[in-house]
Amino acid sequence: MAYVPLADQDHELHDPHTFITKYIWSQDHKVIAIQYGGTAILVGLVALALSAMMRLQLGFPDTFSLIDPSSYYQAVTMHGMIMVVYLLTALFLGGFGNYLIPLMCGTRDMVFPFLNMLSFWFYLLSVLILMSSFFVTGGPTGAGWTLYPPQTITPGTPGHETGILLMLISLGVFIVAFTMGGLNYVTTVLQARARGMTMMRLPLSVWGILVATVLGLFAFPALLVSAIMMTFDLLLGTSFFMPAIMAAGEQLDYNGGSPILFQHLFWFFGHPEVYIVALPAFGLVSDVLSTHARKNIFGYRMMVWAIVAIGGLSFIVWAHHMYVSGMNPYFGFFFATTTLIIAVPTAMKVYNWVLTLWEGDIRLNTPMLFAIGFVFTFIHGGLTGLFLGNVVIDLPLSDTYFVVAHFHMVMGVSPVLVVFAALYHWYPKMTGKMMNETMGKLHFWCTFLGTYAIYLPMHYLGFLGVPRRYYAMGSTDFIPESAQALNANITIAALFVAVVQVLFFINVFWSLKNGKPSGGNPWGATTLEWQTPETPPKHGNWGKELPVVHRWAYDYSVPGYPQDFIPQNVAGDFGVSDDHDHEPNKG
Amino acid sequence: MSFYKQVTSKPWEYQGPVTGSGPESAFNKESERIALTLFLVVVCVIFSLLTVTYYLRMDLGDWVPLADPAMLWVNTVLLLLGSVALQRSTGLARRGLMSQSRSAFLAGGVLASLFVGGQCYVWLQLNSSDLGVASNPSSAFFFLLTGMHAVHLLGGLWVWSKTSFRMFSSQDSAQVRLSIELCTTYWHFLLLLWVLLFGVLLST
Repeated sequence: MAYVPLADQDHELHDPHTFITKYIWSQDHKVIAIQYGGTAILVGLVALALSAMMRLQLGFPDTFSLIDPSSYYQAVTMHGMIMVVYLLTALFLGGFGNYLIPLMCGTRDMVFPFLNMLSFWFYLLSVLILMSSFFVTGGPTGAGWTLYPPQTITPGTPGHETGILLMLISLGVFIVAFTMGGLNYVTTVLQARARGMTMMRLPLSVWGILVATVLGLFAFPALLVSAIMMTFDLLLGTSFFMPAIMAAGEQLDYNGGSPILFQHLFWFFGHPEVYIVALPAFGLVSDVLSTHARKNIFGYRMMVWAIVAIGGLSFIVWAHHMYVSGMNPYFGFFFATTTLIIAVPTAMKVYNWVLTLWEGDIRLNTPMLFAIGFVFTFIHGGLTGLFLGNVVIDLPLSDTYFVVAHFHMVMGVSPVLVVFAALYHWYPKMTGKMMNETMGKLHFWCTFLGTYAIYLPMHYLGFLGVPRRYYAMGSTDFIPESAQALNANITIAALFVAVVQVLFFINVFWSLKNGKPSGGNPWGATTLEWQTPETPPKHGNWGKELPVVHRWAYDYSVPGYPQDFIPQNVAGDFGVSDDHDHEPNKG
Repeated sequence: MSFYKQVTSKPWEYQGPVTGSGPESAFNKESERIALTLFLVVVCVIFSLLTVTYYLRMDLGDWVPLADPAMLWVNTVLLLLGSVALQRSTGLARRGLMSQSRSAFLAGGVLASLFVGGQCYVWLQLNSSDLGVASNPSSAFFFLLTGMHAVHLLGGLWVWSKTSFRMFSSQDSAQVRLSIELCTTYWHFLLLLWVLLFGVLLST
């Protein structure tokens, strides 16, 4: 007997009736997605405010009395951790993953709706624990987002008592939440696709989210293990990572532990984490580019295998974050090589995006602008990655603003541009309203040019040797006065970009009420989420009957077909040349 | 169409639904089973990382090997018996003998609880003989590894208690049978994991 996934069995599993079950304790993937996304964006705004605080200090030192060295380090730490884990990971996988996987796969919900709901509530709990660290004695931890021991635990580091403990607990809870969600996403994609939706007919968004989730499932354990071991060191006095050390003139009770061991564990998580954020962005941007260029994605299979290859390779490059920790040169050589190899599938993807645009019928609307903007920032951030991946170039540039510029371009600005592309693109499906284009385009240009104004000059600061993580530069011979002028300019650009984001929020809320009705498929897209009977889709997504999929996700501008797109659930042969061995039901 | 064939196909070359009448799934198995398998892989990753750090930390000079308490052998037997009991429960449930299956299932959980109790006893014993968690990295790792294993077993016991409850109340035998089988898989996995961990602890 053919196995029927839970979501497609006859009986209704979780039909919501009251306001609470519909919008709060909801098991509907779309509501959970919005809960996940909303929470992630809110906590992201906290991180944005923290970065503004850092920039104020760097641009105009000794001007703002509320920023002292401790609060500066706390801002650095919390900004980094929130942006990487609690904003981007949660938004891409918990938000977009939840919203798009069942709709794009053509199923009614995730296979385990209750677990899905639990995943969000655990995530919210982790966020609350993290936020509570702002209100405890000593404040949040200021150890840097990498939480390197020994300074994480030693007296003198802000938040070394309670703040760090709350951070570690919060990360643990987040990982539990992610694991519950992740098992759900993977199982749903593997087991519950609509009839005819083979793996290779899946839109690239689903592939990106799927592989990123698998990476998360394999990488987060390393963070969990290091967090647990550090908690042991902190609370129970073990010496997993803590060496014999003096702090504030006193010998601490630690002996023999290895801080480098922590670094290996941390980066075994930390590097795949970069791709946990990047791969969903790759997937989403592919779909946005293809839809608004009215062309099939160039090299679909290559794109899929590149995602898989990048995912695999991301586990054997971690020590390129540790070149300055003192390692055997052969070890560094190995990691430099793997790091450069990962540029190959990544470059393939970039070429394919550009070739998708080539001779396309490009519509320069807001989502497309953000998607094309991503290709620019990703190329720039990616190229500086090639510099830093080489040991000999990394050594002088390590811990300078060059690194800050690199990773903000490649995993800060680029994924955020995709987040905006995706939100502008899928907003009509989520709400049934179009967003305002003028406001959207203004938002794009200010954000895009503004981020260049922030990060391009940082590369030059890096060349000068301006160190990152410093609260104040003091007087040094090798840093000219002009560096400070540049820093002030960067701060002004950063504040400008931060304020401009208000446009986006105004647009979201304004359009909710005043936006033009979008209809079911305003962009003329092929993928299943645009073919739902209602917009926004109701509980169960598909009305009485599940869709049947007849073609791949990218039948745009097929010759001989009256429209310039053929939805995946439309039957019939169009535009397939005679020389193909065409069998509609082969398999 | 096999999974391999699917992922190597050229999707733009053919149109029409490609398989029979039902939804597409990569494996002809229940979703719960797939999710459990994935979860076990995640647990494997956790314990592999712990084991690697164990061996790395051992080389750092201040390591004093820990004499493993004899009680661990007793605990191992308890866990083994728990696994056997659940295997028996699965076999009986497959033959439709639900009441016998229920007793075996309960026995499996009780034996696993005794194992956790036994581990607690070992921890107390170590603590009282000045081999507590902070005494030496070998002790710290002993507590960490056995503790993490026990936490996973406690998670299993939570599912076990839910399943036991369902065995007494539910009529949906297919669903209950699946739960029994998944618990059995989890028990076997944790037994294997324990044997490997115990091996590592004994050999170092």
